[in-house]
Amino acid sequence: MYTFSNRLKIFSIVLIIIGSLGWFYSYSVSHITLEEVKTMLASESHHGHSHSIIDKENEVHHNEYVDEHNTKNHDSAYSKDDHGHEKDHAEHVLHQIHNRPYAALYVAAFFFMMISLGVLAFYAIQYASQAGWSPVLFRVMESITYYLLPGSLIVLLIAVIGDKHIFIWMDPDVVAHDEIIQGKSAWLNKNSFIVRGLIYIAGWSLYRYFTRKFSIAQDKARDNKNFKRNFQISAGFLVFFIYTESMMSWDWIMSVDPHWFSTLFGWYVFASMAVSGITVIALITIYLKSKNLLNFVNDSHLHDLAKFMFGFSVFWAYLWFSQFMLIWYANIPEEVTYFVTRIEMYPIPFFTMFSLNFIFPFLVLMNSDYKRVPIFIVMAGIVILIGHYMDVYMMIMPATVVDRYGFGIAEISSILIFLGLFLLFVFYSLSKHELLAKGNPMIKESENFHY
Amino acid sequence: MGSKNTYYALYNDDDVLLSAVKKIRESKIDIEEVYTPFPVHGLDKVMGLKPTRIAIAAFLYGCIGITVATLMMYYIMIVDWPQNIGGKPSFSYLENMPAFVPIMFEMTVFHAAHLMVITFYLRSRMWPLKKAENPDPRTTDDHFLIELSSDKTEVSLKKFLKQTGAVEINKPNK
Repeated sequence: MYTFSNRLKIFSIVLIIIGSLGWFYSYSVSHITLEEVKTMLASESHHGHSHSIIDKENEVHHNEYVDEHNTKNHDSAYSKDDHGHEKDHAEHVLHQIHNRPYAALYVAAFFFMMISLGVLAFYAIQYASQAGWSPVLFRVMESITYYLLPGSLIVLLIAVIGDKHIFIWMDPDVVAHDEIIQGKSAWLNKNSFIVRGLIYIAGWSLYRYFTRKFSIAQDKARDNKNFKRNFQISAGFLVFFIYTESMMSWDWIMSVDPHWFSTLFGWYVFASMAVSGITVIALITIYLKSKNLLNFVNDSHLHDLAKFMFGFSVFWAYLWFSQFMLIWYANIPEEVTYFVTRIEMYPIPFFTMFSLNFIFPFLVLMNSDYKRVPIFIVMAGIVILIGHYMDVYMMIMPATVVDRYGFGIAEISSILIFLGLFLLFVFYSLSKHELLAKGNPMIKESENFHY
Repeated sequence: MGSKNTYYALYNDDDVLLSAVKKIRESKIDIEEVYTPFPVHGLDKVMGLKPTRIAIAAFLYGCIGITVATLMMYYIMIVDWPQNIGGKPSFSYLENMPAFVPIMFEMTVFHAAHLMVITFYLRSRMWPLKKAENPDPRTTDDHFLIELSSDKTEVSLKKFLKQTGAVEINKPNK
């Protein structure tokens, strides 16, 4: 039985407090006026090298916002270009600076929610496939999914409060001048966004609630009724999940670029959440094992988790590249703008993210023996988590703050807030029940699992 | 001490075989070879064989594959016959690299897989038209055969092997 130590509790609460303070600080300093932005831009263009940067910026800007310009100022965008561009640019920059704390908060909130959701899907797969190796890890997985309900509600809340700071289609002014968004308004409107979000969250959380309930009840049961019920609801949940996960990824991520779309985006986000989720299972398992609380988990279980980390990293890279290559090859302006903005404005995070998520885990976890050595799993795991945070960052930031990005107080504080919340919920849930799902009919097989 | 004799002990279940191999090795009898109709999981460990190095070979073959693909595409698409495909003229390898990634991937897998199989055959001394080495054709069907050599008397050895679950014990005529 795990007891939630006061030290960890205080540590998580301190993280939340420091994070909140930092975030509110970054929020307050982000409220600058148009005049300040203009002086800032002027001083930027006085630096020696800045001319080329500004030129490039404007050019890229055009790529990104060309449709928006076109439609936003419909008749006048290009006629007043010479004269009005400077003001337009300053306004854009002002918006981008305002957007940053919201976007930073949203990225971190989504990242931690995504871990929980990935673990929930992975857990359901274990039940639906009646896997024999994994039941010793069920309590760890169940505890990680405890964060899903609060986490996803917070994501939705930030999306609704952040409003046009994150989702440009929530700005009626933009929609009024944008025919493409108007065409999508049957799906992209705030009310149905909220309703859909609540449906996703309700479905996931109901499954989470019942599967946990049956799993606990199975510990004391004499028959396998609870196990069978869990099997059934898990299979049902997976069907619900794969639809809602895909739609969630359109709603919560893809719609930040409302002109752009990709048909495999749902899978791509799923690969990200699966690999981060499995990584967190492995990290928490190793942590609890180091406290001698999970002695029934042997290195074959770790080996299997590491195999999944390896496999899903490759799967993620496969989807990432599939999405990239088709868009790169076809070179259709409305599609390719997504990668043009990212490669031109975010060259370092863009390629770093790819190496952290693919090349590093691929090389470190390729060797079979390394997959059972905790230090290698922890090392690869931390890199994978950083990489997938960057992945979410790369999905949200270029659409919200464009080239006014960075990794500063706003981002770090947001991570601290949600890391604290995540630890608080997960370890609280771990302390509620025994760490071995001892009533599971597969538990014997799982305990004796060896490879 | 008499000279060593070779015996064939036949089993008809892989779990029985695994425990038999363990017992035979515990009683210090040399196992020359085990013939099975399919790969038996964990047999190499109980036989005390050295861990395989095929994984290292596979990695190297993969590296060869990706190199071959890179050079091949460089020669075909850039040097020998540059074409303008989809508005992307092939004048630079780096700029056209995304188009070659599927080929690099396929060639890596192709080389790793084929060279690994060939290595395995060579290492197991198997090649086309070679006469089969397995002493009993039933090892390609439903029987498992342990080839062992011992200087024990035939009677005591047979008794011991029966206890390990052997269904048949033969002493081949040489």
